[in-house]
Amino acid sequence: MTAGGAGGVRAARERLRSTSDLVRDRWADALWWQRWLVYVLLIVLAVLAPSPVIGSFMSPYTDWATLLFNPIGIYILLAIGLNIVVGHAGLLDLGYVAFFAIGAYTLAYLGIEHGFTFWPSLVLGMILASVSGVILGAPTLRLRGDYLAIVTLGFGEIVRITAINTDAIGGARGLTPVPHPPSFLGVRFALDPLPYYYLVLTMIVLAIVFSVRLEHSRVGRAWTAIREDEDAAELMGVPTFRFKLLAFALGALIGGLAGVVWAGKVIFIAPTNFPFILSATILAAVLLGGRGNIVGVVVGAFLIAWLPERFRGFADYRILVFGAALVLTMALRPQGLFPSRQRSAEMKDTVPGATLGGEVPDPTRAEVHK
Amino acid sequence: MARPSSGVVRPDRALPGAPPPEAIRPVLTDIFQEFAQQIGPSTVGGLVIGSIYALVALGYTMVYGVLRLINFAHSEIFMIGTFATLFVLSLVDLPGPLSGFALIGMLLLLFVVAMAASGGSAILLELLAYRPLRKNNAPRLAALISAIGASLFLQELFALVVIPKVFGLPGRVDAAVPRVMDRDTVFTVFGTSVKTDQLVIVVAAVIMMVALDQLVSRTRIGRGIRATAQDPEAAVLMGVNIDTIVRLTFLLGGAMAGVAGVLYALEFENIRYNIGFLLGIKAFTAAVLGGIGNIRGALVGGVALGLVENWGAIFFGSQWKDVIAFVILVVVLLFRPTGILGESLQQARA
Repeated sequence: MTAGGAGGVRAARERLRSTSDLVRDRWADALWWQRWLVYVLLIVLAVLAPSPVIGSFMSPYTDWATLLFNPIGIYILLAIGLNIVVGHAGLLDLGYVAFFAIGAYTLAYLGIEHGFTFWPSLVLGMILASVSGVILGAPTLRLRGDYLAIVTLGFGEIVRITAINTDAIGGARGLTPVPHPPSFLGVRFALDPLPYYYLVLTMIVLAIVFSVRLEHSRVGRAWTAIREDEDAAELMGVPTFRFKLLAFALGALIGGLAGVVWAGKVIFIAPTNFPFILSATILAAVLLGGRGNIVGVVVGAFLIAWLPERFRGFADYRILVFGAALVLTMALRPQGLFPSRQRSAEMKDTVPGATLGGEVPDPTRAEVHK
Repeated sequence: MARPSSGVVRPDRALPGAPPPEAIRPVLTDIFQEFAQQIGPSTVGGLVIGSIYALVALGYTMVYGVLRLINFAHSEIFMIGTFATLFVLSLVDLPGPLSGFALIGMLLLLFVVAMAASGGSAILLELLAYRPLRKNNAPRLAALISAIGASLFLQELFALVVIPKVFGLPGRVDAAVPRVMDRDTVFTVFGTSVKTDQLVIVVAAVIMMVALDQLVSRTRIGRGIRATAQDPEAAVLMGVNIDTIVRLTFLLGGAMAGVAGVLYALEFENIRYNIGFLLGIKAFTAAVLGGIGNIRGALVGGVALGLVENWGAIFFGSQWKDVIAFVILVVVLLFRPTGILGESLQQARA
């Protein structure tokens, strides 16, 4: 019985793999106009997404357009940003929420204290977030693997606790009223969630284009080299430290962007909006979808944001189910739902003896390179 | 906001609220006096919380040594230990604070139950969340996500099911633990009194750690653990059953977290479903601080973290405690990435 069950699972897995390979081959062979057709269709779908017809099925409990903005849109944006760090460069960041917080606080503080409007704050928030990414990265990126993970986790907590303890930015009480974006082409940003959804959609499209272009550039190839084998990359003349720092800065940039966009709607922000669990959720989204693959990441973030809301019927039990689902998914499909083909090839490459992978070098043996 | 940041402040134009220059010296001596007053109690407090960190850190460090895995759900194993304590205490219906042999007996009972509960859950955790990944030869990041998932699951399980059903309490608020021992002064060192509970915690933690250290360095089981940590493949060839060793590592680490849970519950007397989170991060910090994979390093790291965080709190205020802990972690990792003791389980003398 058990043997048959395991065989069934394996066969199903094989079938799934060959289907996804088929889709990928089709895509690789597609002509330019066929690809553009798909892009346009996807964008049309995204534009039509907030319609009540779709909403009545997708979200019977809460307002669908609100949901599409936050958490769905914001999670997707954050996941795209984190994917640059985790998926492209292979650096484990457990404190990503810090950049989101920095973006949100930039808009709130500058808007309330100095009367800045949305757009300058957006730019400043992105710059500030990526500068803090560099500040965090410069000392810590010399560490490897799990040590980097725990230091970034610590950074996320430091930012949150500092926000709680600093009265100038509202302390534990938070900041209010955070300014909305000004009217744009006659569209007013107020209580209606629709304009915010289109704002975040625009940002998502820009972020995806940015991320994909990066991936196929010299920078992206350098990141792949670092992810595969840092020492080999260094020997081949890739300035690994500089590229890792760049990955941190660019990931933080998108995190900051997401923070500003999010804060533009919510009116009130407080340190409790930026818990560790948000970092973990976004990381889970990236890994669930299959890191490195932008389609997978977007779908993963969508599922992680949407499923708990869709099944609000279980109300309290959704985090419980979420936790169990994470464990189950990792047990059945550790490479994520839609891994990039390159990643799955790398995965097969792993030496069997290396417990639990071993793709991250052992930090206790890794040398701190100069 | 608009305070001038530079320039000499002349006495006649001093800002309202700023002390006149001649008052600065007394302020400094005040700070030192305050420091001198608080250094004793905060040292004792640092040792107490430090030994709890150390006990939890053991679980992280052992699992990391053997599997190279940050067992993120270990903080929930600790939380289960605290609730096991509450469970026993709610069953026995304490007449009041105990002393003498009754206290020792009660402590032993609590330890046994909590170790069984935590150790058992740790084994279950390994079986359900990590073993499938190990068999699949999954990437390490997948294991980390699985660990985060398990951690969330256990927290919510307690908040939604266990605490309301078993204890009949609201799931998401503090649960009070009854007082088991009086807090009398046992002795006084340098004008600082050491209370019963503080002494009990430090002594119990040290006994447990010495026992574990001996177990790992002297017994057959311990040799298996060290062999697996050094080189899993060679260990298998030498006849070590890795699955047994891994299970055992989780059991031992879980049992230590259970003891830590008892001590925490007795000392702070307030527990809730998510107390594990921050303590878990700090304990991991302690493990890294001492040198991850190193059992004695966990002790050193835990105590060092507890002390430094409490001393720092005198200067900066206790609300900055956690920030101090993390800044220390970053600084240590930068200058000595292998931790204070450095040597790790797999490199320990066989």
